[in-house]
Amino acid sequence: MPVLGKYAGAVLGSYAATIGLILLLVAVSLWRSAKTKAALAEVESRQGKDND
Amino acid sequence: MSLWEYANPQKFMQLSRRLLPVVALAAGLCLGVGLIWGFFFTPDDYKQGSTVKIFYLHVPAAMMAINAWVMMLVTSLVWLIRRHHVSALAAKAAAPVGLVFTVIALITGALWGQPMWGTWWEWDPRLTSFLILALFYLGYMALWQAIDDPDTAADLTSVLCIVGSVFALLSRYAVNFWNQGLHQGASLSLDKEENVADVFWYPALVCIAGFVLLFVALVLLRTRTEIRARRLSALLARERRG
Repeated sequence: MPVLGKYAGAVLGSYAATIGLILLLVAVSLWRSAKTKAALAEVESRQGKDND
Repeated sequence: MSLWEYANPQKFMQLSRRLLPVVALAAGLCLGVGLIWGFFFTPDDYKQGSTVKIFYLHVPAAMMAINAWVMMLVTSLVWLIRRHHVSALAAKAAAPVGLVFTVIALITGALWGQPMWGTWWEWDPRLTSFLILALFYLGYMALWQAIDDPDTAADLTSVLCIVGSVFALLSRYAVNFWNQGLHQGASLSLDKEENVADVFWYPALVCIAGFVLLFVALVLLRTRTEIRARRLSALLARERRG
């Protein structure tokens, strides 16, 4: 661990905020992708059956 | 083969399915290496002490905050001129990513500014134009949500994007227009004399590559989601009509 001295709060706060926001954005994007994919597959299979 | 072929949603989905894992892996690798290098293996600056480590987050995030808007401007213009739905959806997909990068630039800027300038915030030209850019991102996203018809939403958000481009440009060049602000000029330059020292520059370059690749990966993923959501709403509308 590098010695951050009196600026430890600013440096660690910056890294925590950045990594936290990026992880949140990635998680929300993946969650929404999976949700939309499942909903589309469900409607497509339902409509496919209706058309048979 | 023409670039416009990828404006076809099916072609875009095929290409992005192959590209996405590669770009995401490269983004993770560059961000991991760049941030670990910058945080653990670079010296303190003789003036700024250990706060120079914020440089590896603040500069790439600020660059991408502006570049995301430029990408949205290009895709919005493609929508307005050529009416390709994928381009409008790519602009919509990029907005939350651009907003997060803008917020990261504002937060890390405030955390860096407090020990260096003695204040979290100053109504400095660059800081103010970045705050306005963040508000434009929010407005852009709200406008997409507020309009039911997707083509009308794409038209109006494209116009908003063109207007907002003034602030994206201002965020980049504000320091050159007005000299009275606290924010320094650009840290990075192609001129070796003006650029930061190599010991800071190389890890910063890897971090910048990481942020660019992360942006591309997220926009690909989110555009795929938008295309699926659009197809889903079309199918549901057909179902309702019977």
